[in-house]
Amino acid sequence: MNNEKERNLRLTAARIRKAGLKAIQYANSGHVGGSFSAAEIMTVLYFDKMNIDPKNPHWEDRDRFVLSKGHCTPTMYATLALRGFFPEAALKGFRSVDSNLSGHMEMRHIPGIDMSTGSLGQGFSAAVGMALSAKIYGKSWRTYVILGDGEIEEGQVWEAAMSAGNYHLNNLTAFIDNNGLQLDGPISEIMSPYPIADKLRAFGWNVVEINGHDCAQISDAVDAAVAFKGKPTMIIAKTVKGKGVSFMENQVRFHGSVPNQEEFKQAFAELDNQITELEGTDYA
Amino acid sequence: MPEKISTRVAYGEALAECGADKNIVVFDADLSICTMSCIFRDKYPKRFFESGIAEANMIGMAAGVATTGKIVFCNSFATFTAGRAYDQIRNSVAYPHLNVKIVGTHAGLSAGEDGPTHQCIEDLALMRAIPGMTVICPSDTNETKAAVHAVIKYDGPCYLRLGRLPVDPVTDNKEGYHFKIGKGVQMCQGRDVTLIATGIMVQKAVKAAELLQTEGVSARVIDMHTIKPIDRDIILKAAAETGAIVTAEEHNILGGLGGAVAEIVAEANPVPVLRVGVNDRFGHSGTALQLMQRYGLTAEHITKQAKLAIKMKKP
Repeated sequence: MNNEKERNLRLTAARIRKAGLKAIQYANSGHVGGSFSAAEIMTVLYFDKMNIDPKNPHWEDRDRFVLSKGHCTPTMYATLALRGFFPEAALKGFRSVDSNLSGHMEMRHIPGIDMSTGSLGQGFSAAVGMALSAKIYGKSWRTYVILGDGEIEEGQVWEAAMSAGNYHLNNLTAFIDNNGLQLDGPISEIMSPYPIADKLRAFGWNVVEINGHDCAQISDAVDAAVAFKGKPTMIIAKTVKGKGVSFMENQVRFHGSVPNQEEFKQAFAELDNQITELEGTDYA
Repeated sequence: MPEKISTRVAYGEALAECGADKNIVVFDADLSICTMSCIFRDKYPKRFFESGIAEANMIGMAAGVATTGKIVFCNSFATFTAGRAYDQIRNSVAYPHLNVKIVGTHAGLSAGEDGPTHQCIEDLALMRAIPGMTVICPSDTNETKAAVHAVIKYDGPCYLRLGRLPVDPVTDNKEGYHFKIGKGVQMCQGRDVTLIATGIMVQKAVKAAELLQTEGVSARVIDMHTIKPIDRDIILKAAAETGAIVTAEEHNILGGLGGAVAEIVAEANPVPVLRVGVNDRFGHSGTALQLMQRYGLTAEHITKQAKLAIKMKKP
């Protein structure tokens, strides 16, 4: 990946964080930590890799995407808005009674959402079903899914992992957003899912481990998954919960708690600095 | 006279008959020779998938396939679909209103000797409480086959409740019989009381009406194959014209057909509604027929309740 492309993706990720945080501010609720940890992965998928058409969100041959960690709507909606699925102004309605942008995403009324999620573990199964359908009907589109690392404590995740391995769904690329924290504390203390990579290999997956904030690594991992034959690929992305805002990083509190007004101010200042800095980077 | 078979066998045959439609995909959770989805499996192996013993994932995968424009059937015992995978049905299927048909066989007490863990007396209540869910419980072979065709045509989530026991044909010779989702079928005219039944209890209600006839009581019988959306008109007509109702279902008396009928009647035209069903307790091991006797799911018990309901009518 050349420097300019990487700069642009990082800039987009920063803008997604800012738009997502604004949505949280409008709603005065929402999950910031896991939204921020997934920002680069979502950016690379939506702005570089996925074959999609924002003007035709139900296009039959599009790549599919499921955010199985369905509480991370701030990043999901911000990504869709910046990618052109709906106006950014719609984010003002986040979680409000007059808007379709509900707390957890709903596919029927939001352009670009391929699966309703929220009850953890379920989106992963749906993604397996989407990939299976492509196999049955000889379709070449791919399915992408992001899981939380706390989410994989759900038994259904392992049922789904077993099926994807069993059915050799090499058209399925999954990510685990491994930020290490869940609502009640560190995943290693609440109910450790480690070692994650070994478990998934044993379930029939090709496993790749990357830095989930490095756009070039994400891009390379996605390309490698596409090229890999015979198995689905799980990209375990090491991430930082609350990434991008200094005082939110690695803080359990920011799983689902809303910043106070002073914190909002500081967070926007930090994100604006990042955006300005990236905009000013000249590769010419 | 058609062969006496269970509704699950009728279902398996009908599903395979409809299988030429390439949009149909079928899942089973390691019970295909019991749910009878094996007939489809043998005919269309490329569109049949095992989830293995993992019902939650079966429903989730089905939802994913349905998002790509397909008609997906999920099969297992009622207690393992409607019960075990309730949250997946609610959130992955019904909330996004996906075209998934949930099939629950061995419903009610019909799992018999397997005992209460494999019986299911709560599925109608569970499925009925989910917004947008269509809930169907056919009475015999003819009606089951018609129901399969109807749910395939209908675009949206459905729950199809099936039994293990062979059932008498009751709708075959019914003049002008036409299956429509949400429309009850009046099996016979009656003035004094209405027996509203679903599933295997329809044949028992018909028999109860015959018994009542010998005692000079005129009982109307309604085959309520659709529990949701329930046929409000036929219920209120029965309430107005006969003034007393008895419901009969192979289900807990809470939350199923009896509950649905009582809700309609209580709000619009209160008349006595007595519910025949399992009286809010778990089943037991035993043959299904023994259990039906023990739990009062008989024509004789319906008859007794009908006479009681008539006595309760307001002058």
